[in-house]
Amino acid sequence: MSNFNSAAIEEFNGGVWVFCEQRQGEMMSTSYELISEGRKLADELGSKLYGILLGDKVEGLARELGGYGADGVYVCESPLLKNYTTDAYTKVICDVVEQYKPEVMLIGATNIGRDLGPRCAARLHTGLCADCTHLDIDVPKYKEFLRSSSTLAPNMIDNIKEDDRNLKMTRPAFGGHLMATIICPRFRPAMATVRPGVMKKNEFDKARADACEIIKPLFTLSADDMKTEVTEVVKAAKKLVDLIGAEVVVSVGRGISKDVQTGLKLAEELAEVLGGVVGASRAVVDSGWISADHQVGQTGKTVHPRIYVALGISGAIQHKAGMQDAECIIAVNKNAAAPIFECADYGIEGDLFKVVPMMIEAIKAAKAAK
Amino acid sequence: MKIIVCVKQVPDTSGKVAVNPDGTLNRASMATITNPDDLNAVEAALTLKEQTGAEVVVVSMGPPPAEGMLRELMARGADRAVLVSGREFGGSDTYATSQILAAAINKIGLEDEDIVLCGRQAIDGDTAQVGPQIAEKLGLPQVSYAAEIVKDGKTLTVKRMLEDGYMTVKVSTPCLLTCIKELNEPRYMSVSGIFECYSKPYEVYDYETLKDDPLIDATTIGLKGSPTNIFKSFTPPQKGAGMMMEGADKATCEQLAGLLAAKHLI
Repeated sequence: MSNFNSAAIEEFNGGVWVFCEQRQGEMMSTSYELISEGRKLADELGSKLYGILLGDKVEGLARELGGYGADGVYVCESPLLKNYTTDAYTKVICDVVEQYKPEVMLIGATNIGRDLGPRCAARLHTGLCADCTHLDIDVPKYKEFLRSSSTLAPNMIDNIKEDDRNLKMTRPAFGGHLMATIICPRFRPAMATVRPGVMKKNEFDKARADACEIIKPLFTLSADDMKTEVTEVVKAAKKLVDLIGAEVVVSVGRGISKDVQTGLKLAEELAEVLGGVVGASRAVVDSGWISADHQVGQTGKTVHPRIYVALGISGAIQHKAGMQDAECIIAVNKNAAAPIFECADYGIEGDLFKVVPMMIEAIKAAKAAK
Repeated sequence: MKIIVCVKQVPDTSGKVAVNPDGTLNRASMATITNPDDLNAVEAALTLKEQTGAEVVVVSMGPPPAEGMLRELMARGADRAVLVSGREFGGSDTYATSQILAAAINKIGLEDEDIVLCGRQAIDGDTAQVGPQIAEKLGLPQVSYAAEIVKDGKTLTVKRMLEDGYMTVKVSTPCLLTCIKELNEPRYMSVSGIFECYSKPYEVYDYETLKDDPLIDATTIGLKGSPTNIFKSFTPPQKGAGMMMEGADKATCEQLAGLLAAKHLI
């Protein structure tokens, strides 16, 4: 660490890096999303894109990252890296960052990424922006983004100087009431954790995968470097719902409280007819009516389905933050003043227990008529 | 043995949130609460105190009115409180905040058997960064997303949640854990606690108190010492409401199905 100086920013010409998270030898899909986004940033910077992959016998996972846009992958293998531990992963990543000096480093904002990112940023003495939902280098592109995604007055957008080359990291704050764009102008690498499910995956390109360079950097790691011990890793017994990839999400809120079982059953039936999965508001998860993997919103998952049905969900801003980009939003709520109607394409003021069975029949009939 | 709990007073973002025309938050108009995850950290400390007799110290960085929150946490059972407060600390990002809180923890005195607890993340920034960054600055092992903590001598066994399951992690004191809501149900203040909370030790650490700690340096604290800066802040546009359908009967549902079919959504 002695010669490393994160403030000597001109020395950081090692490209854009993505920490590619794997669990039990399986790549997390957010790694492909980040590689895809990283490709865009590297092109804007005119630099290369590298993945950094840690684990035990994981080299076989590396080339596929090339297919989504990586020019190369730094592969760090050791039996001590089999399971994620803060100490070992931080040590190895910081070792390799010191040698190759990337300009930008992206990490998926998973429960592991959000443990690793801050520890690395603190050790490297650089800035980290948490849970980003949008990234830019080029200012003209950033301005375009602001024009479509902010309520800023046009002159406030036009006034932004075009020569800024910092990574502009945009994220929601205050439960989604505000958006903030953060920069890290004086230190490198500029680091961001990025919310899973937000960045779009590129089309897989076999030729690029074949051309992907595998690099085995030097690092040192011994058992003495690790002060924690993972004694078991347990996967949830039941299959988790894939909210992020779902085409249709039917979510339930506090409105099911008068008969939770029936409410959930109706949501499942409607989801089945529409070919989707069941989601839930935080209230439903906090009440223990459904497991946390179903939660949509600021502290749950961000979804982009073609159809989002909100049943008995009032529509707190934290919930909207996770679903408002759905292509078509349908809301059923007894309360005509529920904020969910402010973002719904189609709103029905009514009792979900009465409306949903009719909706199921009507959709079945419409599908049969096609 | 001590358990030091880092807590933050935050605007209640679940209620009405007022935004100024320039895209900054109108904090003055909002109620403040103790950050929810931090209450789980305090509860975990109080549970460990019942088991071990440990002293529970709550520490917060913030403006002087945060005293009210710290008194409340003493009314719940914490033994003493430290408020880290000073103009020099203002505008700190997570990196700078962790430097300052780590220095405050050094001042409180971290011993071999001690534990530092934080909430997973605060509801204003939602970064989840300050806990791990304090651990790094203090050279402590960390376990984040703790949903269960079992203490046996110097060893803690922690159930650490993942999105698709959990890990069991063993760690020795001194160490830092970040706590999630699944860990426990925070207790209320007790009547005797409320009576006692104004006689329990309460200290304020300002820049003068902490300035001799090597972590406290003009280049690493406050707005100037923060690696990250805000480039712009803004409010997202509200998606315009679509159509409110007539009625809530069979015809309504048939009309909806027709509209979805016409848009090739079904």
